[in-house]
Amino acid sequence: MSTGTTKLDVVVSDVVPVNHLVTRFHFRRRDGGLLPTFSGGAHVVVEMRDSDRTRLNPYSLMGSPLDTREYTISVRRDDVGRGGSLFMHRQVKPGLEMVISYPVNLFSLDLRAKKHLMLAGGIGITPFMAQTSQLAGAGGNFELHYTCRTASLGTYADVLRQRYGNRVRLYHDDREERIDLDRLLSSQPLGTHLYVCGPAGMINWVRDRAAALGWPSETVHFEHFAAPQPGAPFDVTLALSGKTIRVGEQQSLLEAMEAAGVDPPYLCRGGVCGQCETNVISSDGKFIHNDHWLSEEDHRSGCKIMPCVSRFEGKSLVLER
Amino acid sequence: MAAKTIISRPIYGTLSPQPGKHHLFIADAEGALAITDMAGKAPPGFFDGAEIDFIPGSEGKHIAALEALKPAQLHIAPSFASLLPRLKQTLANAHMGLRLYLAGTEGLIGQAMQAALEAGMDHTSIQTEHRGSLARRMQCVHCKGITENVTTQPALCSHCGLLLLVRDHYSRRLAAFQGVCINAEDRSEIPPMEEAFP
Ligand code: FES
Repeated sequence: MSTGTTKLDVVVSDVVPVNHLVTRFHFRRRDGGLLPTFSGGAHVVVEMRDSDRTRLNPYSLMGSPLDTREYTISVRRDDVGRGGSLFMHRQVKPGLEMVISYPVNLFSLDLRAKKHLMLAGGIGITPFMAQTSQLAGAGGNFELHYTCRTASLGTYADVLRQRYGNRVRLYHDDREERIDLDRLLSSQPLGTHLYVCGPAGMINWVRDRAAALGWPSETVHFEHFAAPQPGAPFDVTLALSGKTIRVGEQQSLLEAMEAAGVDPPYLCRGGVCGQCETNVISSDGKFIHNDHWLSEEDHRSGCKIMPCVSRFEGKSLVLER
Repeated sequence: MAAKTIISRPIYGTLSPQPGKHHLFIADAEGALAITDMAGKAPPGFFDGAEIDFIPGSEGKHIAALEALKPAQLHIAPSFASLLPRLKQTLANAHMGLRLYLAGTEGLIGQAMQAALEAGMDHTSIQTEHRGSLARRMQCVHCKGITENVTTQPALCSHCGLLLLVRDHYSRRLAAFQGVCINAEDRSEIPPMEEAFP
């Protein structure tokens, strides 16, 4: 069984459109009991039975960790994505029975911090919904800076403003409002931890500026779920099971392994947790490493690959698992 | 550098220049040499935003070497206790981006680290380098009194007078090693006292 992927049988208790791109889903336990406790920043992997294929997408829990009667996630529709978000938007209705994983937290608060500075971009707001609830309940010191494209796409901005007032600052791209990042970072009291969740470009920008301004890397936390990138189909041999499988254009290597009945471990399915790492036994071709886990050296050596997001182009590839 | 024996035993490194604009150095005695050695690797202008707080000790050496680095501020203190209020003030007013470098004896590193942790800094982000004496700051687990500059094994608690085995068990909260009575069963048993932390 995959590590950290113990399953929960749930029923969709509500589906709420939030704006023209985002829909919120509520899950309750099928047996009516309480769901496992989680901490702000945790995600669950939602299993989607989409005709003959199973999609597994990670989504941050956005409800209050103080309330485990239900889990809530928000899904942004991606019309050019691989179809998971479209499935959620089109097929998932109240009453549908689904399977989700136990919560896993790869983006937890460091509770030793004196202050928590949060930066969200777009749908990257969801883990902060739970983190702010958790901190507000415990009287924690936080400040949230939230950038969105337009006011109407400022998912939950109104809720957050109402709950936390001036502790929440909003920036709208269409009004050319931009975070004065250097000033913000330079004016934080000692003992502040920084959390960022949003598009890759934003995360890189924030991490780079924080490092340049002297923030120790231990105080900078980020979460980025990279969806697996499509690419040319390729064949791979799995040494342990002796199987040779084809990875389709829209499929990740991890998904192809799962479809072939191999049960590799995973936690994030986004190239950040390290759980799915596997050894390359031999290869003739080029790796397309899309992960944030392996070091540059690992990438260059071609000895390891993260099957959840990375691909391959070439003649032959043999992996250990 | 002292060998790693048990998990709580601190491990010290070698100072290296960190990115950022504000740098605070706390050093005693030969710790000054860790700073001057590091200066060779620092980018130009590094000390323009640096403050050095230095406790030279009785011999009063190394001050000129630190002056030569032309830090924004050089503060000389007679003891760590006299430096502490200033350090606390500096940390309380500091912003993220301040980098901390501690060099010298374990007692200095431990106590400065303690002040930094209280101010919210993460111990993994603080640069340390051990130089000079291996003397330990020891807490007696029986009377809780702290004895500074312990160089022998066993050592006498300066508060309750018990003969203590100086353990490698280190408390980050107290910035001290634990001292445990070595002859609790039979006080007449007095093992020889040897210099262990020169
Ligand atoms: S599952 Fe997390 S890195 Fe692949």
